This record gives sequence, structure tokens and C-alpha cells, in this order.
Amino acid sequence: MEKKLSEFSRGERGVVLRIEGEGRVRRRIFDMGVTPGAEILLRKLAPLGDPVEVTVRGYELTLRKSEAACVTMEVL
Amino acid sequence: MLKFALAGNPNCGKTTLFNALTGSTAHVGNWPGVTVDKREGVYKKGSVPVSVVDLPGIYSLSPYTPEELIARNFILEEKPDCVINIVDATNLERNLYLTTQLLEMDVPVVVALNMMDAVRKKGDALDSARLEKELGVPVAEISALRGEGIGDLMQCAYKAAQKKREGSSVLAHSSLSHLLADVTIALRGEGISHPLFHAVKLAEGDEEEVKAHPQQMQTVRAFQKQCAGEEFAGDLEAQIADARYKYITARFSAVLTRSAKPNTLSGSDKADRVLTHRIWGIPLFLVILFGIFHLTFGEDLFYLNAIFKIGFDVETGNDILNSFVAVFFSSAGVSSPGVILFNLMDFVCSLAGDGIANGVSAAGAAAWAQGLVNDGIWAGVSGVLSFIPQILFLFLLLSILEDSGYMARVAFILDRAFRKFGLSGRAFIPMIMGFGCSVPAAVNTRTLADEKERIMTNRVIPFFTCGAKAPILAAVCGAIAAQYAGINADLLVFALYLFGMAMAVLSVAVMRQTTMRGEVAPFIMELPAYHLPQFRSLMVHLWDKLKHYVQKAFTIIVASSVVIWFLSNFAWNWQMVEIQNSILYDIGAFVQWVCTPMGFGVQLGQFGWVFVVAAVTGLIAKENVISTFYVLAPAIGALIPGWDDGESGIGPVVALMEATGITWQGLVAFTVFNMLTIPCFAAAATVRGETPKGKFRYTVAFWMLTSYFTATAVYLVLSWWWTAFILLALAALFVAYIILRGRRAACRMRCGAEK
Repeated sequence: MEKKLSEFSRGERGVVLRIEGEGRVRRRIFDMGVTPGAEILLRKLAPLGDPVEVTVRGYELTLRKSEAACVTMEVL
Repeated sequence: MLKFALAGNPNCGKTTLFNALTGSTAHVGNWPGVTVDKREGVYKKGSVPVSVVDLPGIYSLSPYTPEELIARNFILEEKPDCVINIVDATNLERNLYLTTQLLEMDVPVVVALNMMDAVRKKGDALDSARLEKELGVPVAEISALRGEGIGDLMQCAYKAAQKKREGSSVLAHSSLSHLLADVTIALRGEGISHPLFHAVKLAEGDEEEVKAHPQQMQTVRAFQKQCAGEEFAGDLEAQIADARYKYITARFSAVLTRSAKPNTLSGSDKADRVLTHRIWGIPLFLVILFGIFHLTFGEDLFYLNAIFKIGFDVETGNDILNSFVAVFFSSAGVSSPGVILFNLMDFVCSLAGDGIANGVSAAGAAAWAQGLVNDGIWAGVSGVLSFIPQILFLFLLLSILEDSGYMARVAFILDRAFRKFGLSGRAFIPMIMGFGCSVPAAVNTRTLADEKERIMTNRVIPFFTCGAKAPILAAVCGAIAAQYAGINADLLVFALYLFGMAMAVLSVAVMRQTTMRGEVAPFIMELPAYHLPQFRSLMVHLWDKLKHYVQKAFTIIVASSVVIWFLSNFAWNWQMVEIQNSILYDIGAFVQWVCTPMGFGVQLGQFGWVFVVAAVTGLIAKENVISTFYVLAPAIGALIPGWDDGESGIGPVVALMEATGITWQGLVAFTVFNMLTIPCFAAAATVRGETPKGKFRYTVAFWMLTSYFTATAVYLVLSWWWTAFILLALAALFVAYIILRGRRAACRMRCGAEK
């Protein structure tokens, strides 16, 4: 099932299919290891519901829901 | 001398290795991007000394933040003899991503596999010989923290530096190989160094590269058109990033063997459960912040006296013993560690002051020379010196927050709240550092990617009351509490700190609606694992700061104190006179009216101008504000009947403030002015360097106007509460104007789009 990373709930796991968006932000998302095929676990939401904390490639990354919305995932 | 550069991801132990190599006092931190400028040191333990440069931490050679640009340009332009790429073995995949880019440069590379001890502890195994074969460059296992394997690493680097190395790319076997080969050859033909690196960056569409090599870009564009129907549809940027990570996962999953142990919660996870808790996360942050200030400035530790009434003044026969006991315990209760440090230093300073005064008079110096030494130089310097241990203690606590990795979590939990005002949580990290000192905080804004965010952050960093402003707050709140029973000096200080933070947030919100319109900067950031701060790195922080403050005390502060003393003791005809006939009196009286709206102007009578003079000297360095009071106190005290200087500590300053007859409202406004105005020459110069050219005058104007008008508003509202309505009405008009203007601008844009 396809789903945006921003729509994931706590503890949900998936594999990156593709990344939309453009420019430097997209580039940064790639650089941080969020590329097609990477497995991502949504660990938690910040106290105010945004940003989110994910585990990707063995480390913890935080990004906002608006940025996570660029990442299309296949739910595991 | 050979030159080696240390490159690696933020938080991979790079600076720890740098310290181990050079024994230098570089700053180590535990949130991504703490090395904000390159640092240089010399490694002397090898056969020949080598200069070692510590570059800022980077995730990629496609620069995203200004500090990443510094790192990239260093390797490209300064041509180090060898790049030592530190790789965090516990986080292999993302770290090797940078390695694959470094390898494309024509420079010898050695990989230092750091934190191998942590990998083994987890029960995992890493085959470094295999990694070496795959990468084609030497790999050395090290533990920077324990200093293991560093000699071997440097031997590898020496050897590698002897030979030239040509760049190689993991993309050589991909569908891009022909394109890259063609562009590389063309670039090499033009005599450009690192041709392969530039070819890859060109294919990625890196803005600077496209500008620099327009001809080769045409080759790239033609290629992009060809692959329109393929998987990435000519999106080479995505294709390259993908190819790098695919290469890494394909080859290196074999290198790393994970233990069969099930994933248990690490200590870091447990800490995070509490510290970033959905409900308790934010209150906990506020408690931690308050705790830090309480431990530094609290006169009544844990409010034991307020609750249990345990305090009393210890009276023995000996005066010196009495004041020594009062260092730790008095009628106010048990002192906090910060206050103990202050009292101790003050105790030492007053003993030294007596010694100096006796020495000078015993030497038979003239009256003016005695005055110069005692009231001019020593009064000013000791006023600053006695605060140094307390400020260092504050710095220590902030450094612990920083090194432990908590700062990154603060950014995480507060991002949502900050976004409302137009800032990302990331920008909050340099701001909190501003509580220590504005200079490193301003330098730290280089870790912010967005230019507008960087400018705004630089402008409001001084609103986070720094260590040098803390004495002003302590003295003013002490004076107010002394006048009015029932006011708690501690809480008042904390309220003023909060006021500064509120002003910062408010200023950003206003700038976002006026001069700095735009989207909030993106927030994509690593959350490093927590670890206990290293004792050595904490000491490095403190030592740096201590040097800074002591240097300042004996240069700027001495000079300013001497000038103030001279102006307050001499008349225009160079004769030594009483203060009411001095040059300073005339100057003060002349400019005093400017400060009338803020409550410390003409309404104060004959000595009101001391506040004006203190505020003006404070523009040079904030320590000057208090040292000016110390220098002027004896001269003015001599003219006031029943003057009691309170003997030690901030006593003379408090007494002077009372003697001038300033109201508490005026005192608060005075503090607010000092908190919000030009921070000091050092910080202003740093901010100037960190913001784009031409913006600095607006920044100075912003500081001057904000401080003047806010202090005025504070004075008015505190003195006559009903003026709040007038000010609120004015503010409402202003907001309405901004909203209207914003709508008109939006409308204009829409109409423009329709045409």
C-alpha cells in the first residue's frame, strides 16, 4: 500500500518509493539517506504533533510533516 | 609542512580526534555541526610535524549550509596533502555516502573507522580489511575517545600523502559512466583540477558548477533528454544519490555483521522517552532552564529558606570569618553553587583590593595616583572579575546541555511552536547558546541553511541575556528587592530573562511580516544519540571562555574604567575636581534628556546621568555597565550624606542606584535597554561577519530602535498602567497596517499572475 511518510503513525514501518519536491530540500533529504529502497520507521511525533522522528539507515532523523509529505512510501 | 584535513559527518567524533591529535583546545559538542569554522593544530608525535585542519561536519559535498561550503571549498582550493575521512562505524551507511563523494576528488584519502569499540560492544563485527578493498583507500580502525589506533592512522596518512591519487567514482559502473567520462575528459582538457568531482556535481545540477562550466552543461542536458523514458526520467540528481546508497548497501551489508541480539531499548531511547515526552517534554525543558538559572543565581538554594526559614546571619567575633561564612550561608538561606562562586571570588577580590590600597598608600603615591589605581583601575576590573566564576558556572551548565545531545531535542520539541513565529527549531540552538555569550552563538548560525533565518537569528541572539549582562540583572534586581520587601530578586531575574526571549520571538514575528517575508526554513536534522559529556571537552569550553573574559577585563574594561575615572575626576581645564564639576558631569547632563522617556533621564536630578554614562559604555562591552558604577560610586558616595556602600559585592552599585533616587520602573527600563541594545563590540563585529553585506546597518538600527522604544514602553506601562491601553492601540494599528499591506502585496501578486 502506498502512503506518504507524513501520514504514518507511530511505530509504522515502510520502504521509500520516490521523493517529490524540488531544490535544495529534496537534495538534503537524499543526502540524509532517504532514498528509494531505504527502510524507515516512524518513531515518534514531537510534543506538539510536528515534526516527526524517524529511524533511517540506523540513525535518528527528524523532519517536519511538510517535508515528510514529499516522501512516498510502501507500507510494510 | 604537510597538511592533513579532517572531514566527516557532524557528530562522528571528528573534533575529538582533532583534540587527540593536536592536544589543542578546539571546541567539541554533541549536536550536529558544532565545529563552525575550520580549526588548525599541529600533530607532533610523528616523524615529521603535520598541520591538521578540522573542517566543519558535513553530510555531503553539495553544500546546504554556509559551513558545508567552507568544508568543500577548503578541500578544493587549499589542496591538503591528505584528507582523513572519519567514519562513524555505528552509522556506516550514511557516513560512507560522504566517503563516496570524497573519493571523486583527486586527493589522497584515508578512512578512519571511529567508534569501533561501540560496534564491538553491541556484539556486531565489522570487516575493515574488506572495506579497504572495496573502497580502494587505506582504512584504519580507531577510537578517538580513548586515543586508540591514532598512531597507525597517521602512519597510513603519511604513506598516502606521498603518492598522487586520481579520483574514482562508484558511478563508474552505472549508466552514467559514459557521460561522466566525457565531461571529465573535457574538464581535464581545460586544465581544471578535480575534473571527476566537478563532472559529477555538474550532472547533479549543482548551481555553482552549472554557472562555472556552461559548455559541459550542454553535454549533460543532451544526455538528460536521451534518458527521458528511463527509471529516473533524466532526474540525474536523484539517480546519483540513489546509485551511491545502492552501492553502499550492496557492498557493505557484507562488511557489517549485526549480532543476533534482539533490538533492545538503548539508554538513549530511555532518556528520550522522558525528555521528548508528548506531555512532559516542554514543561521539562522549562524546568531545566529555570534550574540552570536557579543553580547559577539563586540566593536561596531550592527555596529552603522560603519554605523552612532556615537562614540566619552567623556572628562570630571575627569580621573576616563572618564574611567567609556568609559566602555559603546567610539570612537568605543556603547559597546556590553559582552564588557561592561569586561570593568567594568577591571575597578574594575585596581582600586583594584592600591589599592594593594599602600597598599604594604605603608606597607614598600621590592622591591622584591612588585614586587612579583604587577607584579607576581596580574598582572596574574587580567588578568584572568577581562575576567571572559565576558566569563560567552558567557556561558549564549550558555546555553540558550542548554536549549531551539535549540541544538537538530542544529544537525537535519546540520547532512547531517556533514555526508560528517564522523560525525553525534549529534556529533556537544558537539562541540558547546566546545565554552564554553572543559571539559563539552568532558564529553558530552558520549551521542554518536559510539566509533570512540566519539574519533574523543573528539580530535576536543578543536578546538572550548573555553572561556579561547577568551582573546588570543581578545588581538591578538586587536593588529593587532591597527597596521593596516582598519582591523576590530571583524571580525578577528569571522574568527579565523570559522577557528577553519573548522580545526575540516577537521581533522575528514582526520581521517575518515586514522586511523578512518568506517561508519558514526547512527542518531536517539528525538527532544524535545522548552521551555523557566528556570532562575534557567541558574544560576546553570553560578554558576558552575564561581566557576571553580575563582578556576583556584587562584590556577593554581597564581602558574604559580609566577613561571614566579620568573624565569623572578632572575638569575641562585638566584640574582634578569633585565629580559635580567634572567633564563627565557636563557630558552626562548634556545627553541626559535623551533617556528621559526611559525613566533614567532628567527626572533623576543631579546624578541621574550615571545611568546614561553606564549605558553608553555598555555599548562597548556589557561588563562596562557595572564597572562604570563601581568606578563612580566612591566619587558620588562622597557627596551623599549617610552614604553606605554596603562594603562588598554589588553593595556599592545597589547603594549608588538607591542614592540617585531612580524608581524601580526606571531601573527595569534601564535593564531592558541594556538587554536589547547593541550587545558589545565583539558580538556586533561577529554578527556583521555572519550576515550578508549591507545588512549590518539595519541590524544596528534594529537594536537601537528596539531597545529605545521597548525601554520607553516598559517605563511608561510600569509607571502609569493606563498607558498600556494607548500602547496596545498603537500596536493594534501597526498590526492592522501590516496585515493590510500583506493583503495588498498578495493581491498584487495574484493580479500579476493573471496577466
